[in-house]
Amino acid sequence: MPLIDISDLHVRFGPVHAVRGVTLAVNEGEAFGIVGESGSGKSTVLRAICGLAPTSAGTIRIDGQTLTAPRSPAFYRRAQMVFQDPYASLHPRHTVDKVLSEPLAIHGFSDREARVERALNDVGLGQGFRFRYPHQLSGGQRQRVAVARALILEPTILLLDEPTSALDASIQAEVLNLLDRLRSERGLTYVLVSHDLAVVAHMCERLIVMQHGQTVEELTRAELQSHRAAKDYTRNLLAASEGFTRAAP
Amino acid sequence: MTLLAVENLTVTFPSRQGPQSVVRNVSFTLGRERLGIVGESGSGKSQTGRALLGLTPTSGLATADRMEFDGIDLRAASPAQWRKLRGARMSMVMQDPKFSLNPVMTIGRQLAEAARRVASGSADARDRAVAMLEAVQIRDPARVMAAYPHELSGGMGQRAMIAMMLITEPDLLIADEPTSALDVTVQIEVLRILDDLVTSRGMGLIFISHDLQLVSSFCDRVLVMYAGRVVEELRAADLAQAQHPYTRGLMGCLPRIDGDQRPLPTLQRDEAWAR
Repeated sequence: MPLIDISDLHVRFGPVHAVRGVTLAVNEGEAFGIVGESGSGKSTVLRAICGLAPTSAGTIRIDGQTLTAPRSPAFYRRAQMVFQDPYASLHPRHTVDKVLSEPLAIHGFSDREARVERALNDVGLGQGFRFRYPHQLSGGQRQRVAVARALILEPTILLLDEPTSALDASIQAEVLNLLDRLRSERGLTYVLVSHDLAVVAHMCERLIVMQHGQTVEELTRAELQSHRAAKDYTRNLLAASEGFTRAAP
Repeated sequence: MTLLAVENLTVTFPSRQGPQSVVRNVSFTLGRERLGIVGESGSGKSQTGRALLGLTPTSGLATADRMEFDGIDLRAASPAQWRKLRGARMSMVMQDPKFSLNPVMTIGRQLAEAARRVASGSADARDRAVAMLEAVQIRDPARVMAAYPHELSGGMGQRAMIAMMLITEPDLLIADEPTSALDVTVQIEVLRILDDLVTSRGMGLIFISHDLQLVSSFCDRVLVMYAGRVVEELRAADLAQAQHPYTRGLMGCLPRIDGDQRPLPTLQRDEAWAR
């Protein structure tokens, strides 16, 4: 049985039909990618999973259980989200310590001190960063804090919404390596949304390509790597991400 | 033929720790070609582009041993001379059309305003605006002329912006991350338009970007900047043979669709690069 099972998901925001019937299944321990251009509804699928976007039709099941709205505290202990922009997703007037302790307080953990220390070590930041404010950190360090915040409740599912697209290439490599290492150490399940095919090819075993709120096709990493896409849209996307090619004169 | 010659351009901003140079001793020449400037955030690439147009923020100071555009000494240019140059002979495309187009003016009026410099009258300015929108492959110029910036998609807005900058047929176009806010497929279309215009009009283009792969596939020559300095200059085709460890590191740390290297190599910075 798949860990995350989404069938025929629709999301409407007033007159806008952002997601039109997406079906996908993610197995435990797998990294699943969602690729698409802006406005394709890829982030909305992710937000619908964690209850930040309204589900207007279809079902989302975790471990066979249909999710309730609003989501239960138990859900948030299993699934956490990392957002795109670490400059916008951390509270500017909360220290790293406060950012990390808050979820622990909400969920009534007792050994907060030790968990905060461990979370910082896990993402390679160390204790020196504990009482800093976000503006005292670089972009890569902030995204590490965001990952630490997501992992502090020891979830099994991590929902990653463009986790590296606001970062420089060299910092992106560090964050991707961190995510990769954490997944293999803890057997986490990832759903990763990105516009960057190379990032998804690097991180995910399977992926779907989305356009206009619908799934264009589903591919495995091997199919993506060997450019075996069935649909024209995916082929265009693949060609465009190779860089600029001058048309033959 | 040299269009632009820059020697030892330095841009300095005051800070609490004393003056900080964000661009240091940058020298290059540009002919009628595509020159790429690549670097990560904070490398000084955008400030280099702005200094060339005399657009360094007033708190900063740009100095150079030589800064000549088509025989004109830009260092000594008066505000009146700058006004004659900017827009008419050298212009700049900014990163995000959302923030660089006037939100309360229709695209048509903004384009016509730019075209007034070269047009004989307002009807002519309008005709030129429509023709330019067609040149950047906007299929429905009448609609776009009447639209406000918020009514256009990112790709359309960026095309309108490029149209506006090219309407005066400048000799030099500085494009600061012109496609970074766009989707990959739209990005390629916009680049194709730029490429055609550069080739057909013989413009010089400075293309500023953080995307090494994109720049190398688009430009003739590439300057790689790190901490305000040009650490390497090379022909775009020779990027694979880059010598500087920073350039090589930057290339190496990108994930590739068909590569399966894990963990990704990370960039080990060396203090000496910044010196």
